[in-house]
Amino acid sequence: MSIPPREAAISIRGLRKAFGGQPVYSGFDLDVRRGDILAIFGPNGCGKSTLINMAAGLLPMDGGTILYDGRDVADVRVGYVFQNYREALFPWRRAADNIRYPLRLMGLPKSEIERRVERLAASFRVRFDLHRYPYELSGGQQQLVSIMRALAVEPEVLFLDEPFSALDYETTLSLRDLLQAVLKEIGVTTLLVSHDLEESIVLADRLLMLTRRPTTVADDVPVALPWPRGTAALSSPGFVAIKARCLDVFQAAVAA
Amino acid sequence: MKTFAAPVAGAIGFILLWQVAVWLRVADPILLPPPSEAFTDTWAALTRGTLALDTWRTVQRTMLSFLIATVIGVPLGVALGAKESVYRSVEFVVDFFRSTPASAMFPLFIVLFGPGESTKIAVAAFGAALVILFNAAYGVINARRTRVLAARIMGASGPRIMADVLVWEALPQILVGMRAGVSLALVIVVVAEMFIGSTDGLGHRVINAQMLFESGLMYGTIFVAGALGYALNLLFLLIEKRFVHWAGR
Ligand SMILES: Nc1ncnc2c1ncn2[C@@H]1O[C@H](COP(=O)(O)OP(=O)(O)O)[C@@H](O)[C@H]1O
Ligand SMILES: [Mg+2]
Repeated sequence: MSIPPREAAISIRGLRKAFGGQPVYSGFDLDVRRGDILAIFGPNGCGKSTLINMAAGLLPMDGGTILYDGRDVADVRVGYVFQNYREALFPWRRAADNIRYPLRLMGLPKSEIERRVERLAASFRVRFDLHRYPYELSGGQQQLVSIMRALAVEPEVLFLDEPFSALDYETTLSLRDLLQAVLKEIGVTTLLVSHDLEESIVLADRLLMLTRRPTTVADDVPVALPWPRGTAALSSPGFVAIKARCLDVFQAAVAA
Repeated sequence: MKTFAAPVAGAIGFILLWQVAVWLRVADPILLPPPSEAFTDTWAALTRGTLALDTWRTVQRTMLSFLIATVIGVPLGVALGAKESVYRSVEFVVDFFRSTPASAMFPLFIVLFGPGESTKIAVAAFGAALVILFNAAYGVINARRTRVLAARIMGASGPRIMADVLVWEALPQILVGMRAGVSLALVIVVVAEMFIGSTDGLGHRVINAQMLFESGLMYGTIFVAGALGYALNLLFLLIEKRFVHWAGR
């Protein structure tokens, strides 16, 4: 899929990364269109986290470039949602103060900070008490606070590393619905790592399937299903067809 | 109510055992007086004698050494822990002196600080500072990496991460170190009061009572020292519960 340069929010060229001499990426290219939600699906240990951590500037690369509209990640406002919300939130701060934290770092005035927190709470239809400490909240509520914290800075790019994998199915479904509504409303470019195929398809504009190491793209699947994609969308013919295609690719390339 | 029943029963059992030992004449009554006599002697020393002042002096010395130890140990431990490679290089020295009995260092400290008040404070502060430093450093080293990354990605600078994440991550461990430190400071202060020219303090009172065959008072003073250590420990446990409400969650 070739994307005109002016539409590309992220372009990765010749990315290389090895751990202890074992290559994970050796010359990896990727362009992500502005406002797209890109799901990255692949087997455990194939390097999904490694990829978004390098993109987010949390992990040094061995070679290649990752540019955001020509800029380095240091000059880009990013949001990041970790898989393990328990270890990502600050338990010594109340939930609302966790959300306010990056805004205070940015030096925003108090009124603007409160405005953003209130708006996020409204967008995500938060009904629990944000004045509580994270450990007083359920897992789903904690991950929701994590997501709100990542979105509070109004990021240009949002990274989510298996955000639902520690949650039960019911919680996952409701969080997924909330998240897709908000992401589509604000139109933020998003990289979502997942090892759940259904989740990847439901949330993505485009699905990237990765192989085992050394990691390459097994398939690059556009997901042109209409939004919003509720539970009913899971049994729509379009969804089933994409899922079947992905499973075929998975059988052929990933599991081989 | 139930929470108090068990310890009270234990204490009554202990006193009964003591009384039985006296009845059976397990030891010379001079060395093992009945609990009632120990109590009246101790009560008299508290109300009319110097035992209250001795207790106060020991508390003062313990608190002063503990304060010095905290002021030195916490910042130094946090700073060392933040640079793990630096901590690894001083770890051996810290561990070595942490394992050295503080009493073995009395002569050295007497040479350095003279045979007076400052030596008692210095040895106790030294011992406690190492424990506090060690715990603070480990608290920082074991900080959850995800939290540090989360702060970094939100744009926190190095010093901000230190102040907003590492110190908080280490706080539960720092308080554990302070609790161990205050107990150790008390131990060292009491021993120092016995052997480094003292005229007051619980250590001085115990050894004096022993030399004067005031056995009742000796047991009473030991009990006061024990109660003091127990109370300090309890106080710090309460502080931990109150101020690091998130620990282990
Ligand atoms: N810090 C590291 N040191 C050594 N190997 C690593 C490190 N981080 C990741 N790896 C290895 O790189 C591979 C990719 O890891 P990761 O990106 O976490 O996979 P996943 O796709 O499951 O997110 C794995 O095989 C993992 O063992
Ligand atoms: Mg991963």
